[in-house]
Amino acid sequence: MRFDLQIIASWIEPGSKVLDLGCGQGVLLHFLKEKKQAVCAGIECVESKVGKSIERGLSVLQGDINEEILDYPDDTFDYVILSQTLQQVYEPAKLIQSLLRVGKKGIVSFPNFGHWRVRLQLLLTGHAPITKQLPYEWHDTPNIRVISIKDFRKFSRDVGFDILREEAINTINHEKRGNIIKFHPNLRSTYGIFLIGKEKT
Amino acid sequence: MSEYIEHNEDGVSVGLVEKKFFTFAEPPNEMLLENGDKLGPVTIAYETCGKLNADKSNVIFVLHALSGDSHVAGYYQGDDPKPGWWDIMVGPGKGIDTDKYFVICSNILGGCMGSTGPSSINPKTDKPYGLDFPFVTIGDMVQAQKKLIDHLGITKILSLIGGSIGGMQVLEWCAKYPEMALSAIPLATTARHSALAIAFNEVARQAIMADPHWIGGNYYAGEKPDLGLAVARMIGHITYLSDESMRLKFGRRLQEKKDFSFNFDADFQVESYLRYQGTKFVERFDANSFLYITKASDYFALDDQHGSGSLVEAFSKAGGKFLVVSFTSDWLYPTYQSKALVQAMKKNGLDVSFCEIEAEWGHDAFLLPNERLAAMVKGFLDRVYNETRY
Repeated sequence: MRFDLQIIASWIEPGSKVLDLGCGQGVLLHFLKEKKQAVCAGIECVESKVGKSIERGLSVLQGDINEEILDYPDDTFDYVILSQTLQQVYEPAKLIQSLLRVGKKGIVSFPNFGHWRVRLQLLLTGHAPITKQLPYEWHDTPNIRVISIKDFRKFSRDVGFDILREEAINTINHEKRGNIIKFHPNLRSTYGIFLIGKEKT
Repeated sequence: MSEYIEHNEDGVSVGLVEKKFFTFAEPPNEMLLENGDKLGPVTIAYETCGKLNADKSNVIFVLHALSGDSHVAGYYQGDDPKPGWWDIMVGPGKGIDTDKYFVICSNILGGCMGSTGPSSINPKTDKPYGLDFPFVTIGDMVQAQKKLIDHLGITKILSLIGGSIGGMQVLEWCAKYPEMALSAIPLATTARHSALAIAFNEVARQAIMADPHWIGGNYYAGEKPDLGLAVARMIGHITYLSDESMRLKFGRRLQEKKDFSFNFDADFQVESYLRYQGTKFVERFDANSFLYITKASDYFALDDQHGSGSLVEAFSKAGGKFLVVSFTSDWLYPTYQSKALVQAMKKNGLDVSFCEIEAEWGHDAFLLPNERLAAMVKGFLDRVYNETRY
Protein backbone atom coordinates (compact mmCIF):
# COMPACT_ATOMS: atom_id res chain seq x y z
CA MET A 1 0.00 0.00 0.00
CA ARG A 2 1.18 3.54 -0.72
CA PHE A 3 3.11 5.26 2.06
CA ASP A 4 0.54 8.07 2.45
CA LEU A 5 -2.24 5.50 2.81
CA GLN A 6 -0.20 3.67 5.46
CA ILE A 7 -0.07 6.90 7.47
CA ILE A 8 -3.79 7.49 7.05
CA ALA A 9 -4.54 3.91 8.13
CA SER A 10 -2.37 4.32 11.22
CA TRP A 11 -4.55 7.22 12.38
CA ILE A 12 -7.79 5.27 12.30
CA GLU A 13 -9.07 3.65 15.49
CA PRO A 14 -10.03 -0.03 15.17
CA GLY A 15 -13.73 -0.67 14.57
CA SER A 16 -14.37 2.81 13.18
CA LYS A 17 -16.96 3.67 10.57
CA VAL A 18 -15.09 5.06 7.57
CA LEU A 19 -16.11 6.72 4.30
CA ASP A 20 -13.49 7.06 1.55
CA LEU A 21 -14.28 9.74 -1.04
CA GLY A 22 -12.78 8.69 -4.36
CA CYS A 23 -11.85 5.24 -3.09
CA GLY A 24 -10.52 3.89 -6.40
CA GLN A 25 -10.36 0.10 -6.34
CA GLY A 26 -10.75 0.15 -2.57
CA VAL A 27 -7.14 -0.58 -1.55
CA LEU A 28 -7.28 1.53 1.61
CA LEU A 29 -10.80 0.44 2.57
CA HIS A 30 -9.90 -3.20 2.10
CA PHE A 31 -6.90 -2.75 4.37
CA LEU A 32 -8.98 -0.94 7.02
CA LYS A 33 -11.63 -3.62 6.88
CA GLU A 34 -9.17 -6.48 7.24
CA LYS A 35 -6.65 -4.98 9.67
CA LYS A 36 -8.72 -2.49 11.63
CA GLN A 37 -12.13 -4.18 11.52
CA ALA A 38 -13.47 -0.91 10.17
CA VAL A 39 -17.00 -0.62 8.79
CA CYS A 40 -16.25 0.78 5.37
CA ALA A 41 -18.04 2.68 2.63
CA GLY A 42 -16.63 4.29 -0.48
CA ILE A 43 -17.66 6.59 -3.30
CA GLU A 44 -15.97 6.35 -6.69
CA CYS A 45 -16.95 7.71 -10.09
CA VAL A 46 -15.21 5.21 -12.41
CA GLU A 47 -17.43 2.20 -13.16
CA SER A 48 -14.60 -0.35 -13.46
CA LYS A 49 -13.10 0.70 -10.12
CA VAL A 50 -16.51 0.55 -8.43
CA GLY A 51 -16.96 -2.93 -9.87
CA LYS A 52 -13.58 -4.08 -8.55
CA SER A 53 -14.31 -2.66 -5.09
CA ILE A 54 -17.67 -4.43 -4.85
CA GLU A 55 -16.10 -7.65 -6.12
CA ARG A 56 -13.63 -7.59 -3.25
CA GLY A 57 -16.49 -7.29 -0.79
CA LEU A 58 -16.59 -3.55 -0.12
CA SER A 59 -19.62 -1.32 0.11
CA VAL A 60 -18.98 1.22 -2.61
CA LEU A 61 -21.27 3.35 -4.67
CA GLN A 62 -20.73 4.98 -8.01
CA GLY A 63 -21.17 8.71 -8.26
CA ASP A 64 -19.76 12.19 -7.87
CA ILE A 65 -18.36 12.71 -4.36
CA ASN A 66 -19.66 16.30 -4.20
CA GLU A 67 -23.24 15.12 -4.75
CA GLU A 68 -23.22 11.71 -3.11
CA ILE A 69 -21.96 13.03 0.22
CA LEU A 70 -25.04 15.21 0.58
CA ASP A 71 -27.43 12.30 1.28
CA TYR A 72 -25.82 10.93 4.43
CA PRO A 73 -27.26 11.88 7.82
CA ASP A 74 -25.05 13.97 10.17
CA ASP A 75 -22.18 12.18 11.91
CA THR A 76 -22.76 8.92 10.02
CA PHE A 77 -19.03 8.17 9.98
CA ASP A 78 -16.15 8.35 12.44
CA TYR A 79 -13.74 9.31 9.66
CA VAL A 80 -14.27 10.64 6.15
CA ILE A 81 -11.17 10.36 3.96
CA LEU A 82 -10.33 12.62 1.02
CA SER A 83 -7.06 11.21 -0.23
CA GLN A 84 -5.20 13.11 -2.97
CA THR A 85 -8.42 14.47 -4.39
CA LEU A 86 -8.75 17.96 -2.87
CA GLN A 87 -6.68 19.43 -5.73
CA GLN A 88 -9.37 18.20 -8.17
CA VAL A 89 -12.39 19.58 -6.33
CA TYR A 90 -14.29 22.52 -7.80
CA GLU A 91 -15.71 23.78 -4.50
CA PRO A 92 -13.24 22.67 -1.80
CA ALA A 93 -14.76 24.66 1.07
CA LYS A 94 -18.21 23.26 0.42
CA LEU A 95 -16.89 19.70 0.22
CA ILE A 96 -14.88 20.04 3.44
CA GLN A 97 -17.98 21.34 5.21
CA SER A 98 -20.02 18.37 3.96
CA LEU A 99 -17.22 16.06 4.97
CA LEU A 100 -17.25 17.37 8.53
CA ARG A 101 -21.04 17.21 8.62
CA VAL A 102 -21.32 13.49 7.76
CA GLY A 103 -18.11 12.56 9.58
CA LYS A 104 -16.91 13.28 13.10
CA LYS A 105 -13.40 13.70 11.74
CA GLY A 106 -11.87 14.07 8.32
CA ILE A 107 -8.56 13.02 6.84
CA VAL A 108 -7.40 15.10 3.89
CA SER A 109 -4.21 14.61 1.88
CA PHE A 110 -2.84 16.39 -1.17
CA PRO A 111 0.39 16.82 -3.16
CA ASN A 112 2.35 19.74 -1.72
CA PHE A 113 2.83 22.50 -4.27
CA GLY A 114 5.24 24.26 -1.94
CA HIS A 115 7.94 21.60 -2.51
CA TRP A 116 11.31 23.06 -3.54
CA ARG A 117 11.36 21.20 -6.89
CA VAL A 118 8.09 22.86 -7.82
CA ARG A 119 9.36 26.27 -6.81
CA LEU A 120 12.65 25.76 -8.59
CA GLN A 121 11.07 24.55 -11.84
CA LEU A 122 8.94 27.64 -12.16
CA LEU A 123 11.82 29.90 -11.19
CA LEU A 124 14.43 28.38 -13.50
CA THR A 125 12.43 27.21 -16.53
CA GLY A 126 9.44 29.55 -16.43
CA HIS A 127 7.15 26.61 -17.22
CA ALA A 128 4.23 25.42 -15.12
CA PRO A 129 5.80 22.76 -12.90
CA ILE A 130 5.46 19.05 -13.68
CA THR A 131 6.46 16.62 -10.94
CA LYS A 132 6.07 12.94 -10.10
CA GLN A 133 3.19 13.87 -7.82
CA LEU A 134 1.59 16.24 -10.33
CA PRO A 135 2.65 14.72 -13.66
CA TYR A 136 0.36 16.61 -16.06
CA GLU A 137 0.69 19.47 -18.53
CA TRP A 138 -1.33 22.53 -17.56
CA HIS A 139 -3.89 21.81 -20.30
CA ASP A 140 -4.62 18.15 -19.56
CA THR A 141 -4.44 18.05 -15.80
CA PRO A 142 -7.37 16.92 -13.63
CA ASN A 143 -5.70 18.90 -10.83
CA ILE A 144 -7.45 22.23 -11.11
CA ARG A 145 -6.02 23.58 -7.83
CA VAL A 146 -2.54 23.91 -6.45
CA ILE A 147 -2.21 23.68 -2.69
CA SER A 148 0.75 23.99 -0.37
CA ILE A 149 0.89 22.86 3.24
CA LYS A 150 0.88 26.48 4.35
CA ASP A 151 -2.15 27.18 2.16
CA PHE A 152 -4.09 24.35 3.78
CA ARG A 153 -3.39 25.70 7.26
CA LYS A 154 -4.69 29.10 6.15
CA PHE A 155 -7.68 27.38 4.50
CA SER A 156 -8.58 25.79 7.85
CA ARG A 157 -8.80 29.24 9.45
CA ASP A 158 -10.73 30.73 6.51
CA VAL A 159 -13.30 27.92 6.30
CA GLY A 160 -13.40 27.30 10.04
CA PHE A 161 -12.24 23.82 10.94
CA ASP A 162 -9.58 22.50 13.30
CA ILE A 163 -6.39 20.72 12.32
CA LEU A 164 -6.02 17.95 14.89
CA ARG A 165 -2.92 16.35 13.51
CA GLU A 166 -0.67 16.76 10.51
CA GLU A 167 2.09 14.84 8.85
CA ALA A 168 4.27 15.90 5.97
CA ILE A 169 5.89 13.11 3.99
CA ASN A 170 8.42 12.57 1.27
CA THR A 171 7.75 9.46 -0.78
CA ILE A 172 10.34 7.34 -2.56
CA ASN A 173 10.54 4.07 -4.43
CA HIS A 174 7.16 4.00 -6.28
CA GLU A 175 5.64 5.69 -3.26
CA LYS A 176 5.57 2.48 -1.22
CA ARG A 177 8.11 3.87 1.21
CA GLY A 178 8.73 7.34 2.49
CA ASN A 179 10.00 9.62 5.21
CA ILE A 180 8.21 11.85 7.61
CA ILE A 181 9.43 15.43 7.26
CA LYS A 182 9.60 17.49 10.42
CA PHE A 183 12.02 20.21 9.34
CA HIS A 184 10.68 22.75 6.81
CA PRO A 185 7.81 20.50 5.68
CA ASN A 186 6.36 23.01 3.21
CA LEU A 187 9.67 23.11 1.38
CA ARG A 188 10.73 19.48 1.64
CA SER A 189 7.65 17.24 1.63
CA THR A 190 5.80 15.87 -1.41
CA TYR A 191 2.51 15.30 0.38
CA GLY A 192 0.62 16.76 3.31
CA ILE A 193 -1.80 14.68 5.36
CA PHE A 194 -4.17 16.35 7.82
CA LEU A 195 -6.58 15.05 10.42
CA ILE A 196 -9.29 17.63 10.76
CA GLY A 197 -12.29 18.17 13.01
CA LYS A 198 -15.18 20.52 13.52
CA GLU A 199 -14.15 23.90 14.87
CA LYS A 200 -14.34 24.12 18.62
CA THR A 201 -16.12 27.32 19.54
CA MET B 1 -37.28 -9.56 -20.22
CA SER B 2 -36.49 -11.60 -23.24
CA GLU B 3 -35.04 -14.94 -24.05
CA TYR B 4 -31.30 -15.05 -24.16
CA ILE B 5 -31.05 -18.43 -22.52
CA GLU B 6 -27.84 -20.06 -23.57
CA HIS B 7 -25.99 -23.14 -22.61
CA ASN B 8 -22.96 -22.38 -20.56
CA GLU B 9 -19.99 -22.69 -22.88
CA ASP B 10 -18.04 -24.89 -20.51
CA GLY B 11 -21.11 -26.97 -19.71
CA VAL B 12 -21.23 -25.98 -16.03
CA SER B 13 -24.76 -26.42 -14.74
CA VAL B 14 -26.71 -27.26 -11.61
CA GLY B 15 -27.96 -30.27 -13.55
CA LEU B 16 -31.46 -31.65 -13.19
CA VAL B 17 -34.06 -29.67 -11.29
CA GLU B 18 -37.68 -30.36 -10.48
CA LYS B 19 -40.68 -28.06 -10.49
CA LYS B 20 -42.59 -28.39 -7.21
CA PHE B 21 -45.91 -26.98 -6.07
CA PHE B 22 -47.16 -25.53 -2.81
CA THR B 23 -50.86 -24.93 -2.27
CA PHE B 24 -52.34 -22.82 0.53
CA ALA B 25 -55.29 -20.53 1.28
CA GLU B 26 -57.85 -23.28 0.87
CA PRO B 27 -61.37 -21.92 1.35
CA PRO B 28 -62.64 -20.71 3.72
CA ASN B 29 -59.16 -19.41 4.66
CA GLU B 30 -58.54 -17.55 1.42
CA MET B 31 -55.70 -15.13 0.89
CA LEU B 32 -56.75 -11.51 1.44
CA LEU B 33 -55.46 -9.37 -1.41
CA GLU B 34 -54.47 -5.72 -1.21
CA ASN B 35 -57.58 -4.61 -3.10
CA GLY B 36 -59.81 -6.39 -0.56
CA ASP B 37 -60.65 -9.42 -2.74
CA LYS B 38 -60.11 -12.97 -1.54
CA LEU B 39 -58.36 -15.69 -3.49
CA GLY B 40 -58.02 -19.37 -2.74
CA PRO B 41 -56.78 -21.94 -3.05
CA VAL B 42 -53.46 -20.52 -4.24
CA THR B 43 -50.75 -22.68 -5.78
CA ILE B 44 -47.17 -21.49 -6.17
CA ALA B 45 -44.79 -23.34 -8.48
CA TYR B 46 -41.17 -23.27 -7.33
CA GLU B 47 -37.77 -24.80 -7.89
CA THR B 48 -34.64 -25.00 -5.79
CA CYS B 49 -30.97 -25.53 -6.57
CA GLY B 50 -28.09 -26.20 -4.22
CA LYS B 51 -28.34 -27.46 -0.66
CA LEU B 52 -29.94 -25.75 2.32
CA ASN B 53 -27.35 -25.73 5.11
CA ALA B 54 -28.06 -26.88 8.66
CA ASP B 55 -28.82 -23.44 10.11
CA LYS B 56 -30.70 -22.35 6.95
CA SER B 57 -28.43 -19.36 6.55
CA ASN B 58 -27.58 -19.74 2.85
CA VAL B 59 -30.91 -18.94 1.20
CA ILE B 60 -30.93 -16.84 -1.97
CA PHE B 61 -34.38 -16.01 -3.32
CA VAL B 62 -34.48 -15.14 -7.03
CA LEU B 63 -37.51 -13.13 -8.16
CA HIS B 64 -38.34 -13.32 -11.85
CA ALA B 65 -39.60 -10.60 -14.16
CA LEU B 66 -42.66 -10.37 -16.42
CA SER B 67 -42.16 -13.41 -18.62
CA GLY B 68 -39.90 -15.54 -16.43
CA ASP B 69 -40.85 -18.54 -14.36
CA SER B 70 -39.61 -20.77 -11.55
CA HIS B 71 -37.14 -22.48 -13.90
CA VAL B 72 -34.16 -20.29 -13.05
CA ALA B 73 -31.37 -22.74 -13.84
CA GLY B 74 -30.59 -26.30 -14.86
CA TYR B 75 -32.68 -28.75 -16.86
CA TYR B 76 -35.86 -30.74 -16.24
CA GLN B 77 -34.55 -33.54 -18.42
CA GLY B 78 -31.16 -34.29 -19.89
CA ASP B 79 -32.30 -33.58 -23.43
CA ASP B 80 -33.96 -30.19 -22.78
CA PRO B 81 -32.92 -27.83 -25.58
CA LYS B 82 -32.44 -24.94 -23.13
CA PRO B 83 -31.61 -24.51 -19.46
CA GLY B 84 -33.46 -22.21 -17.03
CA TRP B 85 -33.69 -18.49 -17.81
CA TRP B 86 -30.77 -17.35 -15.62
CA ASP B 87 -28.48 -20.33 -16.03
CA ILE B 88 -25.59 -17.98 -16.81
CA MET B 89 -25.84 -16.53 -13.29
CA VAL B 90 -27.03 -19.46 -11.17
CA GLY B 91 -24.89 -22.59 -10.94
CA PRO B 92 -21.72 -24.10 -9.50
CA GLY B 93 -19.03 -21.40 -9.26
CA LYS B 94 -21.25 -18.81 -10.99
CA GLY B 95 -22.33 -15.36 -9.70
CA ILE B 96 -24.87 -17.12 -7.47
CA ASP B 97 -22.84 -20.17 -6.54
CA THR B 98 -25.05 -23.22 -6.00
CA ASP B 99 -22.13 -25.03 -4.34
CA LYS B 100 -22.48 -22.52 -1.53
CA TYR B 101 -26.04 -21.20 -1.59
CA PHE B 102 -29.53 -22.64 -1.63
CA VAL B 103 -31.40 -20.90 -4.44
CA ILE B 104 -35.18 -20.67 -4.56
CA CYS B 105 -37.21 -19.29 -7.46
CA SER B 106 -41.01 -19.33 -7.68
CA ASN B 107 -43.48 -18.38 -10.38
CA ILE B 108 -45.33 -15.18 -9.46
CA LEU B 109 -48.97 -15.07 -8.41
CA GLY B 110 -50.97 -14.17 -11.53
CA GLY B 111 -48.49 -15.96 -13.76
CA CYS B 112 -49.12 -18.87 -16.06
CA MET B 113 -46.21 -21.24 -15.44
CA GLY B 114 -47.65 -23.31 -12.61
CA SER B 115 -48.75 -20.68 -10.09
CA THR B 116 -52.35 -19.57 -9.73
CA GLY B 117 -53.31 -17.00 -12.33
CA PRO B 118 -56.13 -16.04 -14.69
CA SER B 119 -55.68 -19.26 -16.71
CA SER B 120 -56.11 -21.43 -13.59
CA ILE B 121 -59.41 -23.17 -12.87
CA ASN B 122 -61.76 -21.14 -10.70
CA PRO B 123 -63.10 -23.67 -8.15
CA LYS B 124 -66.42 -21.83 -8.05
CA THR B 125 -67.12 -22.35 -11.76
CA ASP B 126 -64.77 -25.18 -12.72
CA LYS B 127 -63.68 -22.97 -15.62
CA PRO B 128 -60.58 -20.78 -16.04
CA TYR B 129 -60.84 -17.54 -14.09
CA GLY B 130 -60.31 -15.24 -17.04
CA LEU B 131 -61.16 -11.71 -15.94
CA ASP B 132 -62.85 -13.06 -12.80
CA PHE B 133 -59.32 -13.39 -11.49
CA PRO B 134 -58.83 -10.66 -8.88
CA PHE B 135 -56.37 -7.83 -9.46
CA VAL B 136 -53.14 -8.91 -7.80
CA THR B 137 -50.39 -6.48 -6.88
CA ILE B 138 -46.63 -6.78 -6.45
CA GLY B 139 -47.43 -6.81 -2.71
CA ASP B 140 -49.77 -9.80 -3.20
CA MET B 141 -47.11 -11.65 -5.18
CA VAL B 142 -44.67 -11.08 -2.32
CA GLN B 143 -47.25 -12.14 0.27
CA ALA B 144 -47.67 -15.45 -1.60
CA GLN B 145 -43.87 -15.87 -1.77
CA LYS B 146 -43.69 -15.31 1.98
CA LYS B 147 -46.15 -18.19 2.49
CA LEU B 148 -43.86 -20.42 0.45
CA ILE B 149 -40.78 -19.36 2.43
CA ASP B 150 -42.66 -20.01 5.70
CA HIS B 151 -43.72 -23.41 4.37
CA LEU B 152 -40.05 -24.23 3.67
CA GLY B 153 -39.24 -23.39 7.30
CA ILE B 154 -36.99 -20.48 6.39
CA THR B 155 -36.93 -17.43 8.66
CA LYS B 156 -34.11 -15.34 7.15
CA ILE B 157 -33.21 -14.81 3.51
CA LEU B 158 -29.53 -14.13 2.94
CA SER B 159 -30.28 -12.25 -0.27
CA LEU B 160 -33.19 -11.41 -2.54
CA ILE B 161 -32.23 -10.77 -6.13
CA GLY B 162 -34.24 -9.84 -9.19
CA GLY B 163 -34.35 -7.55 -12.20
CA SER B 164 -37.13 -5.39 -13.62
CA ILE B 165 -40.48 -6.52 -12.14
CA GLY B 166 -38.42 -9.04 -10.16
CA GLY B 167 -36.55 -6.05 -8.73
CA MET B 168 -39.86 -4.52 -7.65
CA GLN B 169 -40.59 -7.69 -5.70
CA VAL B 170 -37.12 -7.45 -4.11
CA LEU B 171 -37.91 -3.89 -2.96
CA GLU B 172 -41.38 -4.88 -1.77
CA TRP B 173 -39.88 -7.71 0.31
CA CYS B 174 -37.49 -5.29 2.00
CA ALA B 175 -40.31 -2.91 2.90
CA LYS B 176 -42.90 -5.56 3.83
CA TYR B 177 -40.77 -8.15 5.64
CA PRO B 178 -37.61 -6.22 6.57
CA GLU B 179 -36.72 -8.57 9.42
CA MET B 180 -36.36 -11.46 6.96
CA ALA B 181 -34.33 -9.72 4.25
CA LEU B 182 -30.67 -9.67 5.25
CA SER B 183 -29.62 -8.26 1.89
CA ALA B 184 -31.05 -7.43 -1.49
CA ILE B 185 -29.90 -6.94 -5.07
CA PRO B 186 -32.44 -4.93 -7.10
CA LEU B 187 -31.29 -4.91 -10.73
CA ALA B 188 -32.47 -2.60 -13.53
CA THR B 189 -35.57 -1.68 -11.60
CA THR B 190 -37.52 1.19 -10.11
CA ALA B 191 -39.59 2.17 -7.09
CA ARG B 192 -42.38 3.21 -9.45
CA HIS B 193 -43.10 3.12 -13.16
CA SER B 194 -42.59 6.30 -15.13
CA ALA B 195 -45.36 7.52 -17.42
CA LEU B 196 -43.21 6.18 -20.28
CA ALA B 197 -43.19 2.65 -18.84
CA ILE B 198 -46.94 2.76 -18.14
CA ALA B 199 -47.54 4.05 -21.68
CA PHE B 200 -45.72 1.13 -23.28
CA ASN B 201 -47.56 -1.34 -21.05
CA GLU B 202 -50.89 0.23 -21.96
CA VAL B 203 -50.22 -0.02 -25.70
CA ALA B 204 -49.26 -3.67 -25.19
CA ARG B 205 -52.46 -4.35 -23.24
CA GLN B 206 -54.55 -2.58 -25.88
CA ALA B 207 -53.01 -4.81 -28.54
CA ILE B 208 -54.22 -7.89 -26.63
CA MET B 209 -57.66 -6.51 -25.87
CA ALA B 210 -58.15 -5.41 -29.50
CA ASP B 211 -57.61 -8.96 -30.72
CA PRO B 212 -61.07 -10.35 -31.68
CA HIS B 213 -60.10 -13.66 -30.06
CA TRP B 214 -59.62 -12.06 -26.66
CA ILE B 215 -63.42 -11.85 -26.08
CA GLY B 216 -63.23 -10.12 -22.74
CA GLY B 217 -60.57 -12.50 -21.51
CA ASN B 218 -62.84 -15.50 -21.93
CA TYR B 219 -60.95 -17.29 -24.68
CA TYR B 220 -59.75 -20.46 -23.00
CA ALA B 221 -62.23 -22.75 -24.77
CA GLY B 222 -61.34 -21.59 -28.27
CA GLU B 223 -58.76 -19.75 -30.28
CA LYS B 224 -56.44 -17.52 -28.27
CA PRO B 225 -55.60 -13.85 -28.84
CA ASP B 226 -52.22 -14.82 -30.26
CA LEU B 227 -51.90 -11.89 -32.61
CA GLY B 228 -52.57 -9.38 -29.88
CA LEU B 229 -50.18 -11.06 -27.47
CA ALA B 230 -47.49 -11.24 -30.16
CA VAL B 231 -47.81 -7.50 -30.83
CA ALA B 232 -47.69 -6.84 -27.07
CA ARG B 233 -44.46 -8.82 -26.90
CA MET B 234 -43.01 -6.93 -29.88
CA ILE B 235 -43.65 -3.63 -28.07
CA GLY B 236 -42.01 -5.07 -24.98
CA HIS B 237 -38.92 -6.07 -26.92
CA ILE B 238 -38.47 -2.56 -28.27
CA THR B 239 -38.37 -1.26 -24.71
CA TYR B 240 -35.91 -3.96 -23.61
CA LEU B 241 -33.36 -2.95 -26.26
CA SER B 242 -31.96 0.49 -26.93
CA ASP B 243 -31.22 2.75 -29.87
CA GLU B 244 -27.59 1.66 -29.69
CA SER B 245 -28.27 -2.06 -29.37
CA MET B 246 -30.72 -1.97 -32.27
CA ARG B 247 -28.19 -0.14 -34.44
CA LEU B 248 -25.54 -2.73 -33.59
CA LYS B 249 -27.79 -5.74 -33.82
CA PHE B 250 -29.88 -4.84 -36.88
CA GLY B 251 -29.13 -1.43 -38.33
CA ARG B 252 -31.21 -1.15 -41.50
CA ARG B 253 -30.09 -4.54 -42.74
CA LEU B 254 -32.60 -6.55 -44.74
CA GLN B 255 -33.69 -10.05 -43.82
CA GLU B 256 -32.55 -12.59 -46.42
CA LYS B 257 -33.16 -10.27 -49.34
CA LYS B 258 -31.26 -7.74 -51.41
CA ASP B 259 -34.01 -5.23 -52.02
CA PHE B 260 -37.33 -4.10 -50.61
CA SER B 261 -40.25 -6.41 -51.32
CA PHE B 262 -42.73 -3.55 -51.74
CA ASN B 263 -45.28 -5.37 -49.66
CA PHE B 264 -45.83 -5.65 -45.88
CA ASP B 265 -43.66 -8.67 -45.28
CA ALA B 266 -40.77 -8.35 -42.85
CA ASP B 267 -38.12 -6.65 -45.00
CA PHE B 268 -35.85 -5.40 -42.24
CA GLN B 269 -34.03 -7.67 -39.84
CA VAL B 270 -35.52 -5.76 -36.93
CA GLU B 271 -39.04 -6.51 -38.20
CA SER B 272 -38.22 -10.16 -38.61
CA TYR B 273 -36.69 -10.31 -35.12
CA LEU B 274 -39.74 -8.75 -33.49
CA ARG B 275 -42.14 -11.03 -35.37
CA TYR B 276 -40.11 -14.06 -34.34
CA GLN B 277 -40.05 -13.00 -30.68
CA GLY B 278 -43.79 -12.34 -30.78
CA THR B 279 -44.64 -15.70 -32.33
CA LYS B 280 -42.39 -17.62 -29.98
CA PHE B 281 -43.87 -15.90 -26.93
CA VAL B 282 -47.48 -16.89 -27.59
CA GLU B 283 -46.51 -20.57 -27.45
CA ARG B 284 -45.71 -20.29 -23.78
CA PHE B 285 -47.49 -17.30 -22.30
CA ASP B 286 -51.07 -16.49 -21.38
CA ALA B 287 -52.47 -13.18 -22.63
CA ASN B 288 -54.51 -12.53 -19.49
CA SER B 289 -51.44 -13.12 -17.30
CA PHE B 290 -49.65 -10.49 -19.39
CA LEU B 291 -52.50 -8.04 -18.68
CA TYR B 292 -52.56 -8.73 -14.94
CA ILE B 293 -48.80 -8.67 -14.39
CA THR B 294 -48.18 -5.49 -16.39
CA LYS B 295 -51.01 -3.77 -14.52
CA ALA B 296 -49.53 -4.89 -11.20
CA SER B 297 -46.19 -3.38 -12.22
CA ASP B 298 -47.90 -0.11 -13.20
CA TYR B 299 -49.69 0.07 -9.85
CA PHE B 300 -46.46 -0.52 -7.93
CA ALA B 301 -45.26 2.59 -6.07
CA LEU B 302 -43.02 1.71 -3.16
CA ASP B 303 -43.05 5.28 -1.84
CA ASP B 304 -46.86 5.52 -1.80
CA GLN B 305 -47.48 2.01 -0.54
CA HIS B 306 -44.84 1.91 2.19
CA GLY B 307 -43.82 5.49 2.90
CA SER B 308 -46.92 7.71 2.60
CA GLY B 309 -45.40 9.16 -0.55
CA SER B 310 -41.81 9.28 0.71
CA LEU B 311 -39.24 6.84 -0.64
CA VAL B 312 -36.98 7.60 2.32
CA GLU B 313 -39.80 6.62 4.67
CA ALA B 314 -40.41 3.44 2.64
CA PHE B 315 -36.93 2.18 3.55
CA SER B 316 -37.11 3.28 7.19
CA LYS B 317 -37.70 -0.26 8.47
CA ALA B 318 -35.19 -1.95 6.16
CA GLY B 319 -32.00 -3.03 7.82
CA GLY B 320 -30.25 -5.20 5.27
CA LYS B 321 -27.38 -4.51 2.92
CA PHE B 322 -28.10 -3.48 -0.65
CA LEU B 323 -26.44 -3.77 -4.03
CA VAL B 324 -28.28 -1.65 -6.59
CA VAL B 325 -27.33 -2.04 -10.24
CA SER B 326 -28.47 -0.13 -13.32
CA PHE B 327 -27.32 -0.22 -16.95
CA THR B 328 -26.29 2.80 -19.00
CA SER B 329 -28.50 2.04 -22.02
CA ASP B 330 -31.63 1.01 -20.08
CA TRP B 331 -34.28 3.53 -21.11
CA LEU B 332 -37.17 1.60 -19.57
CA TYR B 333 -35.77 1.93 -16.04
CA PRO B 334 -33.08 4.59 -16.46
CA THR B 335 -30.27 5.05 -13.96
CA TYR B 336 -31.90 8.06 -12.28
CA GLN B 337 -34.55 5.69 -10.94
CA SER B 338 -31.93 3.42 -9.36
CA LYS B 339 -30.15 6.47 -7.96
CA ALA B 340 -33.38 7.56 -6.28
CA LEU B 341 -33.42 4.19 -4.50
CA VAL B 342 -29.78 4.58 -3.48
CA GLN B 343 -30.41 8.09 -2.18
CA ALA B 344 -33.35 6.95 -0.05
CA MET B 345 -31.28 4.07 1.35
CA LYS B 346 -28.38 6.39 2.19
CA LYS B 347 -30.69 8.82 3.96
CA ASN B 348 -31.68 5.91 6.18
CA GLY B 349 -28.03 5.17 6.91
CA LEU B 350 -28.27 1.80 5.12
CA ASP B 351 -25.28 -0.08 3.75
CA VAL B 352 -25.68 0.37 0.00
CA SER B 353 -23.46 -0.31 -2.99
CA PHE B 354 -24.37 0.98 -6.41
CA CYS B 355 -22.94 0.49 -9.88
CA GLU B 356 -24.15 1.73 -13.23
CA ILE B 357 -22.77 -0.91 -15.58
CA GLU B 358 -21.75 0.28 -19.01
CA ALA B 359 -23.80 -1.93 -21.32
CA GLU B 360 -25.19 -1.31 -24.75
CA TRP B 361 -27.98 -3.88 -24.58
CA GLY B 362 -30.65 -1.76 -22.91
CA HIS B 363 -32.93 -3.04 -20.18
CA ASP B 364 -32.22 -6.65 -21.15
CA ALA B 365 -28.57 -6.28 -20.16
CA PHE B 366 -29.25 -7.85 -16.77
CA LEU B 367 -30.07 -11.16 -18.44
CA LEU B 368 -27.05 -11.25 -20.72
CA PRO B 369 -23.67 -12.70 -19.86
CA ASN B 370 -21.84 -9.92 -18.02
CA GLU B 371 -18.64 -10.62 -16.15
CA ARG B 372 -18.87 -7.44 -14.14
CA LEU B 373 -22.38 -8.19 -12.92
CA ALA B 374 -21.55 -11.81 -12.05
CA ALA B 375 -18.36 -10.79 -10.21
CA MET B 376 -20.11 -8.05 -8.25
CA VAL B 377 -22.99 -10.32 -7.26
CA LYS B 378 -20.51 -12.96 -6.15
CA GLY B 379 -18.41 -10.50 -4.12
CA PHE B 380 -21.50 -8.96 -2.53
CA LEU B 381 -23.03 -12.32 -1.59
CA ASP B 382 -19.74 -13.54 -0.12
CA ARG B 383 -19.57 -10.40 1.99
CA VAL B 384 -23.11 -10.62 3.34
CA TYR B 385 -22.67 -14.33 3.97
CA ASN B 386 -19.53 -13.63 6.03
CA GLU B 387 -20.89 -10.55 7.80
CA THR B 388 -24.39 -11.82 8.48
CA ARG B 389 -23.86 -15.05 10.33
CA TYR B 390 -26.84 -15.60 12.55
